[in-house]
Amino acid sequence: MQQQQSAPPLLQVEGLRKWYPLGGGWFGKPAQSVKAVDGVSFEIRRGEVLSLVGESGSGKSTIGRAILNLDPPTAGEVHFDGEPLVGLTRRQMRPLRRAMQMVFQDPYSSLNPKHTVEELLSAPLEIHMPELTVQERRNRIDAVLKTVGLNPAHRSRYPHEFSGGQRQRIGIARALMTEPQLLVADEPVSSLDVSVQAQVINLLLELKQRLGLTMLFISHDLAVVGHISDRIAVMYLGRLVEIGDADSLLNNPRHPYTRALMAAVPNIDPRQRRPRELLKGDIPSPLSPPSGCAFRTRCPHAQSACASGVPELRLVERNHATACIRDDI
Amino acid sequence: MDMNLYEPIHIPQAPTAAEAENILDVRGLNVSFRTAAGTVHAVRDVSFSVRRGETLALVGETSSGKSVTSLGLLGLTPPAPYCTITGSARLMARDGNSYELVGSPERVMRRVRGGVASVIFQEPMTSLNPVHTVGAQICESLRIHLGMSARAATDRAAELLNQVGISDPKRRLTNYPHELSGGMRQRVMIAMAIACEPSLLIADEPTTALDVTIQAQILELLEKLQSQTKMAMIYITHNLGTVAEIADRVMVMYAGRIVEQADVVPLFTQPQHPYSRGLIHSVPRLHSNRARKTPLFAIPGNVPDPAAHPPGCTFGPRCGHFEPGRCDAAVPDLENAKPSHLVRCVRWQEIEGAV
Repeated sequence: MQQQQSAPPLLQVEGLRKWYPLGGGWFGKPAQSVKAVDGVSFEIRRGEVLSLVGESGSGKSTIGRAILNLDPPTAGEVHFDGEPLVGLTRRQMRPLRRAMQMVFQDPYSSLNPKHTVEELLSAPLEIHMPELTVQERRNRIDAVLKTVGLNPAHRSRYPHEFSGGQRQRIGIARALMTEPQLLVADEPVSSLDVSVQAQVINLLLELKQRLGLTMLFISHDLAVVGHISDRIAVMYLGRLVEIGDADSLLNNPRHPYTRALMAAVPNIDPRQRRPRELLKGDIPSPLSPPSGCAFRTRCPHAQSACASGVPELRLVERNHATACIRDDI
Repeated sequence: MDMNLYEPIHIPQAPTAAEAENILDVRGLNVSFRTAAGTVHAVRDVSFSVRRGETLALVGETSSGKSVTSLGLLGLTPPAPYCTITGSARLMARDGNSYELVGSPERVMRRVRGGVASVIFQEPMTSLNPVHTVGAQICESLRIHLGMSARAATDRAAELLNQVGISDPKRRLTNYPHELSGGMRQRVMIAMAIACEPSLLIADEPTTALDVTIQAQILELLEKLQSQTKMAMIYITHNLGTVAEIADRVMVMYAGRIVEQADVVPLFTQPQHPYSRGLIHSVPRLHSNRARKTPLFAIPGNVPDPAAHPPGCTFGPRCGHFEPGRCDAAVPDLENAKPSHLVRCVRWQEIEGAV
């Protein structure tokens, strides 16, 4: 534990912003910007799983893409293993990509249907480890397929010959080919059946333990997140509203939005049906976010003070911070 | 958050005598498709009924036949000879007429769909027409089924939007689907589905594409509408979490067959089929610290290829209680384990209580 504390974090994100300009301004100057991510800071220690939770439109996927420089951030700093990433060209990013890989949500559209499993899995090796011989490459593919629970004999099959859960295993296998240190998993289980979802979550947990993977896990479902995270960060409209150790955050949620997300998880016992605590309406448009605390328009505890000034994250316990001005709820 | 599964707390009330009439009666439904790889039997010998005001949940994984069951009932499957439907399905309309859904001519089915039985699909973006306003799409069924004038239909459409919880309904009628959020689109789909006060609503994974917060809103809305209109509902899903929240009775399907059918409380507290137990245990929960650290329960393997089912019990290859010689000998019968609790497993008595 102490060693963990002293070692520098694998990923450090500082004041990350991603604004998308909208047209309509004079001479290329945008009239308005969509502030998809607006000042987010966090770090992930080695071997840790940090989950980003929030509804659609909260900016959680944008963060995942900005960290990997797939969508370069508008402002802010990202340090991976101590090296700054923001401002690097594609060419400069390339050697780093080997160490940071992504698993996408939809295993149907993220695998090229015209490539066999072997072709899909050897592509990252051709780019990042061209020194490998054909035989070494094949051995590696077989080993990774076994790791994710697929039969190496199926390496010449095409994606359509697999079920959704198996396809997601292929997506994970592809991300593992280059032995990455950081895995960004963007809703990797939300398009899967519940029974298969459990298989994939368990696989990710096993990989974390066996390979010491560090993970950013993006999801909208707190029940799923609870099973996989060491720490949890909750996002609302481009900002973090709560971040903390998973136990502390789930046992003692401090932000009303976190509580609402927890209340929305269906209760599996039909004898304990109770009136639902519903969150009113949808997430507001990021084009015109409410003043002050962005959540106040849906918050059951909003006061007039919530409209003035965006609340900053403040520590409420050790390793647990919330961006709500009220302490009495 | 720990709960004791064997302590009764609140039991959903049984429907009263007036509500207990069957709106839909399905007997021996079979749906098969002709494909290049041979005939695929997607639904085999499925029988069930749904009463007025009752919600029947149809649960299963991808390719269990749950969606094909509902599509087949409404005649939305491909025409013969590509798809063959046999069996019978009687649907009661609110006016007392009853319709046979299997083998009826398209003329009759057109009156049934939208008028007597409607369906909401999973993906509200692809099931709404992107080039027509929301208002035009809601008015269409009002004008066709109820013969309303354009003005009356518009007024009624605004009322419907209000009923499904959309504010400023008059303005929303002029919106196109892309101008609405996912949750709003699903509300519009629901407004369209209930426009002609159907006696049966089929909701096919209505919340799967939505955020959990919006999912809770939609479940609440469906419950409210059902208690107002007393329509029968078939709720199709792969997630037993939402079933515990909304269903009165549950039918679990696997590889085209019913494997278990029971009232919602016995199904969750005393599931008899190993597959139902697996589905219940694989739902992720908000847990106490200790339970969070253990791996989630997962059903091993995958659903069988619909064109090549294993012999005997189709769940056998994934089942922890598989016994060679018995489980793979013949397809087990659907037995009465308890009153109104059906199970299709040769070993249900021996493995009761095991996980």
